[in-house]
Amino acid sequence: MLADRSTRPPEPAELPSPLAPRPYRVGRVLRETSDTMTLTVRPASSAAIARPVPGQFNMLYAVGVGEAAISVSGVLEGQEIAHTVRRAGKVTEALAELTPGDALGVRGPYGHGWPLDLARGNDLVLVAGGLGLPPLRPVLEAVLSDRGAFGRVEVIYGARTPKDLVYYADLQDWRQRSDLRLQTTVDVAGGDWNGDVGVVTRRLPDARFEPDRTVAMLCGPEIMMRLTAQALVERQVPASRIFLSMERNMKCAIGLCGHCQFGPSFLCRDGPVLPFSRLAPFLSVKEV
Amino acid sequence: MDAGSEGSQVLRREEFPRLFSALEDAGYQVVGPTVRDGAIVYDRLHGVDDLPRGWTDRQGPGRYRLERRGDDALFGYNVGPFTWKKFLFPPRERLFTVQREGGSFTVVPEPVEAPLTAFLGVRACELAGLAVTDRVFQGGPVVDPGYAARRSRVLLVAVQCGQAGGNCFCASMRTGPSVSGGADLVLTEILGPGPHRFLVRAGSPRGAEVLSPLNLPPAPEEDERTVGELLDRTTRSMGREMDPTGLRDLLRETLQHPRWEEVARRCLSCTNCTLVCPTCFCSTHEEVPDLSEEKVERWRRWDSCFNLGFTELHGAPVRASGRSRYRQWLTHKLGTWHDQFGTSGCIGCGRCITWCPVGIDLTEEVAALRVPVAPAGPPGRTA
Repeated sequence: MLADRSTRPPEPAELPSPLAPRPYRVGRVLRETSDTMTLTVRPASSAAIARPVPGQFNMLYAVGVGEAAISVSGVLEGQEIAHTVRRAGKVTEALAELTPGDALGVRGPYGHGWPLDLARGNDLVLVAGGLGLPPLRPVLEAVLSDRGAFGRVEVIYGARTPKDLVYYADLQDWRQRSDLRLQTTVDVAGGDWNGDVGVVTRRLPDARFEPDRTVAMLCGPEIMMRLTAQALVERQVPASRIFLSMERNMKCAIGLCGHCQFGPSFLCRDGPVLPFSRLAPFLSVKEV
Repeated sequence: MDAGSEGSQVLRREEFPRLFSALEDAGYQVVGPTVRDGAIVYDRLHGVDDLPRGWTDRQGPGRYRLERRGDDALFGYNVGPFTWKKFLFPPRERLFTVQREGGSFTVVPEPVEAPLTAFLGVRACELAGLAVTDRVFQGGPVVDPGYAARRSRVLLVAVQCGQAGGNCFCASMRTGPSVSGGADLVLTEILGPGPHRFLVRAGSPRGAEVLSPLNLPPAPEEDERTVGELLDRTTRSMGREMDPTGLRDLLRETLQHPRWEEVARRCLSCTNCTLVCPTCFCSTHEEVPDLSEEKVERWRRWDSCFNLGFTELHGAPVRASGRSRYRQWLTHKLGTWHDQFGTSGCIGCGRCITWCPVGIDLTEEVAALRVPVAPAGPPGRTA
């Protein structure tokens, strides 16, 4: 019998799971709006995740509650990472309750981020709606740290009301800069709002860029992204250079659970950032 | 390895227990078909007597009945509600345990349970199904460790179908009925003429190793011919057919076809088709804390694209209508699966037709989708 053990595979000892969260701690908590906070997280042990690139996301784990896919909204000094979380369900409620020093789990980073290399040497149009700004903030940070490598930078940011705008300090900073142009707009405002009112596409005609040498990055509600992408295509920006960050229910984030499918794409691993040319046939169909 | 691993050998029915023992002697636990609750299911077998001797399964849309065959065939049926998938990708599986510790936590990995297992009675279509789940769970950038550990310890003993079922269409999908590869041992049951016997051939060194202590006689040429005729007959008697050409493009181009509305009026979103499908792989995660919340278990459980919560995003499902959920299932299975895994997700076993409580038949749905939508013409005109 010993002889025929040769072709039998040995039994593995244990199964380290690719789904196991790593222990992290909350650093700072910054309240952005009534239901949205930005948490910075740092590793609680030597097991840190790899450094995320702009546009990637992590699975944040509230111990005993569950996981949620949250985009990376800042890569800070050391191994600290910022995540902006809105209370939208059980897990995000629990994450929003965390205070500095609290434990949480992190795994990631996952997915394909924004095509910064493609954008280099080109004009850049960033359009964010609501909580679409957090995944785009690392792009702006990367661009501003190497500003000469890019052409014009146009940023359009829309929210429901002035109270729903996030990153107040960053907005102040960007607004004062001469090397980028920020337009903010809201759907509804009171008398204390001096800015624009209306959907983000209404701000697009004011944006200056050369369509044939522009890369656009969009993040926000699907309808906002679709209409913005169509408006950009009408201005002759090639659909293959308009990028959208898509969102779907995610459980595993590694292409095994099937939840995040959008047409042929697993958004967790093929996305979340995909070119409009690839998304358009499915964006125009309801309930894909 | 002796020459026996090359050609076919003859195993007489009364010697079948020797093959069973050879598997056990080589260290394998045997799982395979057995009759339970009015169906032929796959479960742990303790001997040849556990096999569905003399039974067959009569299948139609929404219909499955066991019937007596009138002979002693051990594998005289086609496929039941179970698939081999459940042994590799269990319906519920603990992935790890989180242990709270000093204000933080540690993750305790799951001990491996991957006993050497022989799958006895794998059909040609099911081998194709296993090849599909192999791609899904261990062919991508991240390998599923549980699936891979269990899969590496499995011996596949295929049995070619001597008949086709009412919902079978493996011939259309080119996955059967003959086994062309992927099995460690390949059996064909010959009920006659001559004595009840099996033709056996090894498909791998591991298979040959199991077979070699049996010292079986080589098969005469006419037995090989008999098997060929048997498989031809099976091919000709497929209960269903489906033209697989161009399905990827067809399904991409018919997302707005009125047929989806029509099928949604019949579909109950019961998830049966996804549960019996050998290739459906969707799962969800469950967080299970103990009472003290000191220990939290992470479980993975089969999910289905027919469940309303499957696409929940910000408190509402993306695919709210039954129409969109059936469309997702079929377009994924037959269309986008090609984009994702370079193959169809359908192997032609017909389980989804049999176990659909309202008898929705995907071959019929595909045929309907192939009919171009008539452009809106003047009212009252009929073709």
